[in-house]
Amino acid sequence: MMPDLGKYADTVLSAYAVSLVLIVALVALSVMRARKVRRALDEVEGRRG
Amino acid sequence: MSLWEYANPVKFIATTDRVLPALAWAAAGCLAAGLIWGFFFTPDDFRQGSTVKIIYLHVPSALMAINGWLMMLVASLIWIVRRHHVSALAARAAAPVGATMTVIALATGAIWGQPMWGTYWAWDPRLTSFLILFLFYLGYMALWAAIENDDTAADLTSILCLVGSVFALLSRYAVNFWNQGLHQGASLSLDKEENVADVFWYPLLVSIAGFVLLFIALVFLRTQTEIRARRMRALLARERMA
Amino acid sequence: MIALLTRDLRLAIRAGGGFGLGLAFFLIVVVLVPFGVGPETTLLARIAPGILWVGALLACLLSLDRIFALDWEDGSLDLLATAPLPMEGIVTVKAAAHWITTGLPLVLAAPALGLLLSLPGPGYLWLFLSLLIGTPALSVIGTFGAALTVGLKRGGLLLSLLVLPLYVPTLIFGAEVARRGADGLAVETPLLMLAGLSFGAVALLPFASAAVLRINLR
Repeated sequence: MMPDLGKYADTVLSAYAVSLVLIVALVALSVMRARKVRRALDEVEGRRG
Repeated sequence: MSLWEYANPVKFIATTDRVLPALAWAAAGCLAAGLIWGFFFTPDDFRQGSTVKIIYLHVPSALMAINGWLMMLVASLIWIVRRHHVSALAARAAAPVGATMTVIALATGAIWGQPMWGTYWAWDPRLTSFLILFLFYLGYMALWAAIENDDTAADLTSILCLVGSVFALLSRYAVNFWNQGLHQGASLSLDKEENVADVFWYPLLVSIAGFVLLFIALVFLRTQTEIRARRMRALLARERMA
Repeated sequence: MIALLTRDLRLAIRAGGGFGLGLAFFLIVVVLVPFGVGPETTLLARIAPGILWVGALLACLLSLDRIFALDWEDGSLDLLATAPLPMEGIVTVKAAAHWITTGLPLVLAAPALGLLLSLPGPGYLWLFLSLLIGTPALSVIGTFGAALTVGLKRGGLLLSLLVLPLYVPTLIFGAEVARRGADGLAVETPLLMLAGLSFGAVALLPFASAAVLRINLR
């Protein structure tokens, strides 16, 4: 399954790890903030009736 | 039916809500396909060994780092000329995404540079310009965060974006002049004979498509968030007044 | 415009900070560098042009937030805005006053500080010339940054973050002129680039600064 990365395995794997962590963090933060703001806005609008 | 209809926040949210799930899945699909294809099913380069696999992250993220700033520039211009709030908020929404792309490009480049060039960092023109680009992103985001009034912040940041673009270009040429490069030339120009080989080229295209879609999806989502946050601030201000 | 310029200059001299502080800071930076890198004369001579340029740039940065801050606090900026003078003119005068109070003393002091770093002989002229041409750009770009952050409470740090990336091209060309001059190489290309950059900034940036100031005074 795992391809043979030879002597550069650390290099390739760490590059992928860093990038994926950053992308996932960015997506997670965006989604979380979107949910939070959406809920808060619903609440404020609900109060106004 | 014109493009400017989407300058209406309600219309923008309604439309993006409809396309966002499809866009997100397409982005995830392309990213997964491109990266898995690139990581598992491409051969090693005869000189670079397996480090060539980093290209599927490095090139697309660098591309989106520059195009992200370009998108902010266009959005800022639209805000200055036509005063559409959605445009200003889209520029704000794009900045953190672009900054993250810059970090990914820098980080993957540094990791690749260690075995290939024998150093994590060299003051090469391309590397240096990217670092400067990152500083511009930081300043732009800091200015947005520092100003309380939304319209003032939108005005000031768009002017900063315009002036910054000019100086970013100047810096690009200045660092070119300042030091000779270590970085290889463009690997993807359409008009050049000597591009990367096809085996690397197709997964790279898929991966680029994935990064583009991811960027668009994130900007849509974050713009929605900014619109809602802005509306909420307006409502709360009105409540306090009443 | 001349009245405004003399007023600004007189205020800066009376407050005392303008000349003194920037120069003292420049001196301290130059004195600190040998402590950091060691007292070897050959090494110092090699890095002297760069150190002097970076030091001048930082000293310039230090006084930027005072360009508009005082006038903003006591309301005279609002008065100036309603005066018949166009905003572009006000901004240009402010930048000129900043250059005369900080830029010019730095230019004059730089050759003297070059002695401390044992700058090679032919370097003095080019260092002086490059700073003379480059510092107006620093003042004008700095005025733009100061205009952006004028109303903010803790604008100082943000100002540095905004202005320093904008300083990059000026620094590169300016230091390149000084370095090539010190090494006895041809300096025409970077000198012309620096001059073009400087004149371009002086000609165009006041419009951006004025637009920004108008927004901030709304």
